[in-house]
Amino acid sequence: MDLILILASGIATGTVLLYATVGEIFSERSGILNLGVEGMMLIGAMSAYKTAAATNNAWLGLLVAMLAAGLISQIHAFITITLQADQVISGLALNFLATGISLVLGEGLTSLRDVVPQLPKYSIPGLSQIPWLGGIFFDNHSIMVYFGYLFIPLTWYLINRSRPGLHLRAVGEYPAAADTLGIRVYFTRYLYVFVGGLLAGLAGATISLSISPGWFGGLTTAGQGWIAVGLVIFAQWNPYRAAFGGFTFGALRRLVLDLQGPAMIFGLSNPFYYNIHYGFFLKMIPYIFTVVFLVIGSREANRKRIGTPAALGLPYIRGQRGL
Amino acid sequence: MADISVKESAPKWKFPFKIKIENRVDNPPKWLSPVLSLSAVVIALLIGALVIWIAGADPWAAYSHIAKYSLGSWGVISDTMVKAIPLMLVGLACSIAFRMKLWNIGAEGQFFLGAFGASMVVLLPVLPMEAPKWQFILVTAGFGMFFGALWGFIPGFLKARYNVNEIISTLMMNYIAIEWNNYFIYGVWSESGFQMSRMFQRNAWLPRLSDLAKSWPFFGGLTTHFGLVFAIVAAVILWWVLSKSRWGYEIKLIGDNPRAAEYAGISIKKNIVLVMIVSGALAGLAGASEITGVVHRLQGAISPGYGYTGIIIAWLAKLNPLAVILASILFGALILAGREVQPSGIPTLIQGLIMVFLIASDFFYRNQVRITRKVED
Repeated sequence: MDLILILASGIATGTVLLYATVGEIFSERSGILNLGVEGMMLIGAMSAYKTAAATNNAWLGLLVAMLAAGLISQIHAFITITLQADQVISGLALNFLATGISLVLGEGLTSLRDVVPQLPKYSIPGLSQIPWLGGIFFDNHSIMVYFGYLFIPLTWYLINRSRPGLHLRAVGEYPAAADTLGIRVYFTRYLYVFVGGLLAGLAGATISLSISPGWFGGLTTAGQGWIAVGLVIFAQWNPYRAAFGGFTFGALRRLVLDLQGPAMIFGLSNPFYYNIHYGFFLKMIPYIFTVVFLVIGSREANRKRIGTPAALGLPYIRGQRGL
Repeated sequence: MADISVKESAPKWKFPFKIKIENRVDNPPKWLSPVLSLSAVVIALLIGALVIWIAGADPWAAYSHIAKYSLGSWGVISDTMVKAIPLMLVGLACSIAFRMKLWNIGAEGQFFLGAFGASMVVLLPVLPMEAPKWQFILVTAGFGMFFGALWGFIPGFLKARYNVNEIISTLMMNYIAIEWNNYFIYGVWSESGFQMSRMFQRNAWLPRLSDLAKSWPFFGGLTTHFGLVFAIVAAVILWWVLSKSRWGYEIKLIGDNPRAAEYAGISIKKNIVLVMIVSGALAGLAGASEITGVVHRLQGAISPGYGYTGIIIAWLAKLNPLAVILASILFGALILAGREVQPSGIPTLIQGLIMVFLIASDFFYRNQVRITRKVED
């Protein structure tokens, strides 16, 4: 059990959650809850792997993954924005559909291990020499991790300080008012559901081409899309908090795996070492923590009166009373 | 509702009709809802065929295989019913929760805990080995319902007390349930290191149709089990509760208009917990009947995603408990015969397509399309 190793691996796996969570933040900020993240990530992971295998180019795989997931997100956009159906049930449907498509098109990909190119890994010269922090943040990480570092402040700025971000928030908070100001509500919502899809696809591709390379059917994402949806609430729709939550979660997942290694922990005999079956309880921990994070998130939001985007989950119908 | 008029395409030739989509004012005709659902299923199957073809397989072969091996003979019809039984119960579990707009997508986990509870009766054991069959039927069902209800209670309580989003919490509970069962399958109840418990003794099995073969030879080899009685009784009770009882009215009122319900003095929090308990108990009963009726031991792969399919079934049945029975048979056929179809994701894909088109078709239930002749300027 090496603490630096656990935290470094937390950063790597947390990057996946970061992209997916921020994608969902974009979508929810515009007022559209998209529960299809898990399915869109699977689409991303599958199409990235399949494209990379076919073209021998991981970057092309990444691009196709984003477009494929973005495209499939538009089904949800059409059903909820234009057809004004319930967002929860449509998101669930998208999940089934996307999972089904990726299982069908991903048939036979599992056997391709070791011949599919991966995204490169780098150590940042200089920065990786910093004691502790260098090893955690800048040593032998996937290039997607470094993109992630830039991505966090960039998206925060985009949402909170830029004009498009202002429009985005207006549409999610009070679409009728946004409409009277000439902001195109429907267009904005379609756009940010698409952005959410792009980022979920990016997250999926990050898994299959870099963090834990390969295609393992539904196990490729193993519920991370759902954890991302949960993290949005913990993150209170803020990319910084999403990053914090994502990295914490990543570290937790690694810690849980590593806990079974040593015979002694802090001078006590390690029960998880002596009875391997206790490991199943360790595997529950990330999921239990998601629920705990949700409790913390909703209590804190209550106290600080930070709310959900006011129009989240509601269809906007031009000319009708209400939000 | 906004009027969405289709733009005229070519400037010279003018489309002689005007297509207007507007909010339905009057009640839609009775036949509309089943017709829409049916067409959603048909369109989903057509699109599914297209995707199978793109994936390089033969759609006709896949579909005819599914039809033949699900409804082709009495034997496979009986097997279809075996798959439909857990689907009916989880479909009912989802229906009551969804009626209150409580998104319990944890039926899968509640199913696993129900299976655990029923196994506990035999393996702990709660009942002695030689206890009569009727005791086993009642006690395994009871334990299954209790543990399923417990698994539903937790997210229900968290939602009522801390306002925790039940979609995420019920889903997380699914993953936790799988690990919970694994602990017992691999560890405590493992039979000589295999990843399964010992086979239950015969008197703990639910009776099957084939048990009647001595008196009626026709039933020989038919696997449909007593769980069907559970499912149908549950469907009738739930239908009565939802459409005739005061509590059912409260549930529907909360679902349609929580504010009005609150003004009427209905406790929303209490109903959240209650409905989650009932929903969990139904899904738990599904798990218990699957374990005692089909699998006869506790093991890992006991569900091809029954809990998730239940969501689609509830929606296809428009949350009507009696319609859930029919919808479950359709999906039972799909799951039974879809197992051997390659590529293996096809049943999931078709389920997803059906759901997408169902939801889209609701649009035509809420709105009507009017085509009128354009008046020249």
